[in-house]
Amino acid sequence: MDVGNKVLVMILTYNEEENISRVIGGVKKHVPLADIVVIDGESRDSTVEQARQCGVFVLEVPHRLGIGGGVETGYKFAEEMGYDILARVDGDGQHNPEALPKLIKSVIDGRADVVIGSRYAQATGYRASLSRAVGIKLFSLLLSALSHQKITDPTSGFQAVNRDVIRFFAVDCHCNWSEVEAIVLLHQAGFSIHELPVIMNERLRGESSFKLGRAFFYMFKGLLSLFVGCLRESPRRRC
Amino acid sequence: MLLRAKVIAIFGSLGLLVIVLELVRKRRLKEEYSIFWLVMPIAILVLASWENLLNTLTSLMGISYPPSALFLIGFGFTLLAFLHLSVIVSELSTENKHLAQQVAILRWRLERLENVDRGNGS
Repeated sequence: MDVGNKVLVMILTYNEEENISRVIGGVKKHVPLADIVVIDGESRDSTVEQARQCGVFVLEVPHRLGIGGGVETGYKFAEEMGYDILARVDGDGQHNPEALPKLIKSVIDGRADVVIGSRYAQATGYRASLSRAVGIKLFSLLLSALSHQKITDPTSGFQAVNRDVIRFFAVDCHCNWSEVEAIVLLHQAGFSIHELPVIMNERLRGESSFKLGRAFFYMFKGLLSLFVGCLRESPRRRC
Repeated sequence: MLLRAKVIAIFGSLGLLVIVLELVRKRRLKEEYSIFWLVMPIAILVLASWENLLNTLTSLMGISYPPSALFLIGFGFTLLAFLHLSVIVSELSTENKHLAQQVAILRWRLERLENVDRGNGS
């Protein structure tokens, strides 16, 4: 990997004391030159303390900002601190850090502006719950049609992006970040997106924040944001 | 319209007008957010006291009972006021999010500076 690039890996957490040390350890092992920032949404357990003990950067944001607000914070942090590459790994251990160098290298090599680790780009044996599988299939079809390319895993947060995309989400795009809407915005702004097949694990330990009622809410919110997004003027990028 | 209904509509809207003005006077309600709450009672006051105008509006709206038209107009203004409030809440929540994100980043920078300072001091 090119040592000239400043790489930041962000890990979003909420009550992940059982997984966080292992996730950070995995990232350090596979991307030793990268800085790591943990963005914590007011965990009530020892997630923050453990992350600090691991010697990584920790940003604490209010829980109500949600995943989108946390990701936006990561983009703003990466922009302010002048990083060239930003990668994202979930704090629950589902994303295998072994695949991180592959994602980051694809961005550095200029294969695409955004590289997404996909569970479904190749048969990897990943089994999602029924509600999640239905949502993923629905958004996969919609996003593939809207972005004129095959998007197999629209809810994957396992991504790496380059400096232009960091700037786009941190400064230029005044939007409420969500995985689904981000793909459409990136396509509208002219960024290239590439999916790489990755193997994802079941969460290591602890309870997922994914609930059926909330799943329907997010599906409705995602559909509405896609529909209204089509009626909006395309976002502009400066570079 | 029956005299009793007219009196209720006039005194009701006058009462609301006084409450809104009092809230603005005490600076508990900002002028820009009081517009809908002022326009609504003024409109009802005018229509309740100017019967011919209310009757014309009622027949234009295809309603046979004037107080129903008055109620519908009041309800329309209330809906607009709620929509206006939802827009304000959305704007506030976006601003609040940006502030919280900036605070998180600034707090990290401050802690880092303090750590460097402590390191230099010892």
